[in-house]
Amino acid sequence: MRKALDDIKIADFTWYVAGPLCVRYLADYGARVIHVETARRLDGVRKLPPYKDNTPGINRSGFFHNYNCNKLGITLNLEHPRARDLAAALVRWADVVAESFGPGVMDDLGLGYEAVSRIRPDIIMISLSSKGQTGPHASLPAVGMHLAALSGFMEITGWPDRDPSLLYGAYTDSIAGRFGAAALLAALDHRSRTGRGQHIDLSQYEAGLQFLAPPLIDCASSGRVLGRNGNRHTFAVPHGVYPCQGDDRWCAIAVFTDGEWAALCRTMGQPSWIDDDRYATFLSRKSHEEEVDRLVARWTAEHTAEEVMATLQAAGVSAGLVATAEDLHRDPQLKARQHFTALEHPEIGRSTYDSLGSRLSRTPAGLDRAAPILGQDNYHVFTQIFGLSDEEFADLAGQGVFD
Amino acid sequence: MSASAMESPLAPYRVLDLTGEKGFLCGRILGDFGADVIKVEPPRGDPGRRIPPFHGGIADLKRSLYWLACNASKRGITLNLQSPDGRAILKALARRADFLIESFPPGYLDGLGLGYGSLSRVNPGLIMTSITPFGQDGPWPDYKGCDLALWALSSYLYVTGDEDRPPVMPGLPQAYLHAGLEAASSALVALHHRRLTGEGQWIDVSAHQALAVISLQNQQYWDLARFNPRRAGAFQHLSGVRWPLQRRLWPCRDGFVAFVLFSGRLGAEGNRALTGWMDSEGLAPECMKSIDWSTFDPQGSELTDEEQGLMMEALAAFFKRHTKEELYRTAVERRIVLYPCNTTEDILRDPHLQARNAWTRIDHDQLGATLTYPRPCVRFSDASCDIRRRAPLVGEHNREIYQGELGFSRDDLVLLQRNGII
Repeated sequence: MRKALDDIKIADFTWYVAGPLCVRYLADYGARVIHVETARRLDGVRKLPPYKDNTPGINRSGFFHNYNCNKLGITLNLEHPRARDLAAALVRWADVVAESFGPGVMDDLGLGYEAVSRIRPDIIMISLSSKGQTGPHASLPAVGMHLAALSGFMEITGWPDRDPSLLYGAYTDSIAGRFGAAALLAALDHRSRTGRGQHIDLSQYEAGLQFLAPPLIDCASSGRVLGRNGNRHTFAVPHGVYPCQGDDRWCAIAVFTDGEWAALCRTMGQPSWIDDDRYATFLSRKSHEEEVDRLVARWTAEHTAEEVMATLQAAGVSAGLVATAEDLHRDPQLKARQHFTALEHPEIGRSTYDSLGSRLSRTPAGLDRAAPILGQDNYHVFTQIFGLSDEEFADLAGQGVFD
Repeated sequence: MSASAMESPLAPYRVLDLTGEKGFLCGRILGDFGADVIKVEPPRGDPGRRIPPFHGGIADLKRSLYWLACNASKRGITLNLQSPDGRAILKALARRADFLIESFPPGYLDGLGLGYGSLSRVNPGLIMTSITPFGQDGPWPDYKGCDLALWALSSYLYVTGDEDRPPVMPGLPQAYLHAGLEAASSALVALHHRRLTGEGQWIDVSAHQALAVISLQNQQYWDLARFNPRRAGAFQHLSGVRWPLQRRLWPCRDGFVAFVLFSGRLGAEGNRALTGWMDSEGLAPECMKSIDWSTFDPQGSELTDEEQGLMMEALAAFFKRHTKEELYRTAVERRIVLYPCNTTEDILRDPHLQARNAWTRIDHDQLGATLTYPRPCVRFSDASCDIRRRAPLVGEHNREIYQGELGFSRDDLVLLQRNGII
């Protein structure tokens, strides 16, 4: 079946998370991607767990794999002049150049926007950086957790009487990656009408702020500073995470309306609480919130998280078990929607990849190919796509062009 | 060329935005990209207009900052889809639209004769995007998916929070912001397909899946290493490494900073600078000063457990002496990879964002106020991406659309209004 972006070619110089994720989005929908790495300076996530069987190795990290599937992987030592020629050929081949280094790095490599647009005038280039291409702090490196802190998410996550809680992984990378995909697609549409390419400057910090717009607007106008509030919600009671049977098992429950409260009370076998003065209205529940939490927790503790979720959902109350990594793999909804796909990798064998959150009826995304081991597709790409002879390829390899 | 004089990347397109709070952001993004987005609300206004925070702290349909932020760059009309006239009008609107976005429960629009099947007969090129908690099929399409439940099911909740308390959600509700962003990106994938083939299609966005992807390496921890990452407050659990518990958030004098010792080039320069700075205050332990940062590997064998502990204590004591502003300013100067845990107030004051013109002032005549919004994060060199207009009042553009475009007369509008259709 045709995929939507079959005709789009991407030269992918990105690393870490946001950039690879952005490009993977388009790759899943069919874009042909050549992902450029170098052994001289490895993508940092190749050196981060989880590793297959807990054995470290640059081709064994699931962290790297999940962001780089559906891509051809090559290595180029861009400090070598012949590698620069090949990079120029790659740019000529591509519709899109994606990069996520610090500002100025691509310029130093001779691959800044000025340079690539001379090679191919209608090229679309995206620079996905931590804080944008300009500004006084632009050049300080950062990874996901730094940017989640900078853009305000850490400070508001956790309990009001405690220090903030760390947000897992690379929270703002996910936001910036998806914004990057949308921006590239908009620029491709623009190019189709105008014939012109362009450069996109996307700051991960500013991407994060899009999700905090309401409290930022509020703070700017009223001075109110958003604090930590655990799992409390301004207009839902109960709204929390409750202990269930088993070790560290929990279920999230949220009640927004009196009808949902009545359904929760019946499910808990406590119909008298529906009209009890202490809980009958939203305001009364809000003023007895701790007590309501205790009552709900007493009931949930007698059941498994799966039972709590299923019985409450059947009664029309929003509830979700707190899934562990292991639980994800047995989630019946994810299973039915084929969220996970196993792909065969040359070094670690079969492993599981996530799919995207969107399904197109005519041109669905698909996972076809595991993430490459370092330099896996050098021979194919340079001889089949860029026309090097076997002798030339061997000669350049001998010179360290593909290091 | 000034940004306003540039063409918008999505200028030719029309979007009908029928979403409630589960899908606001999708239309907002397409609007910032220059599409003509028309928010279609029930005649009494979208329930999302009741979501706090409110301007001035006063609960009022005109004052929801949540609604205003998510619905900027859109025009607004009212339409009652329950009435036959309302449904006929929606079809007329769909005929001239490129995109339709909705976030009703699965099957709701079908029940009204407005599902993808009907609308695509009216307009085969229509790209219809449906945003729901769990998607259109599978065992759970009718389950309720509030923000907290979705975070729970995504596995993100389990790894966030203190060990001795229940898992905790990221700050404030934003599951459906991720879903809305996914919806915008995927709608533009469909636009590309349509440009090549003329075919529209139906997009099924699951917030559940959009969030599951965010905890990316989490599922792979189980798949590859049979390890369930757990929450650890300010620390992160790793597996397969020598010091599996790493502190990432550190208390400083007036808040918190994010810092972790990196190896490689990223770490070398900054770790060396930080050690020098600590030493100038007499706080760098000998073991830390003796590390060769150019070859340092935090998981390598050069440090003993005791030395590692000493170094962590020294870092904690050092950060405690300084404010986050001092720490960050010096970090920028000396290239130490350290960042403040900003409050909303800190963000508004950040000179970097000001230098990048990251804020925009939007006039709200209805509030008699000008509000400061974060500017859209996408900066095109040759096209504009910006907030086009403030969010609409209830039915603000009814006349423009119904009279101006669909050709209803002024009297028709009165009738439609009296009958609760618009």
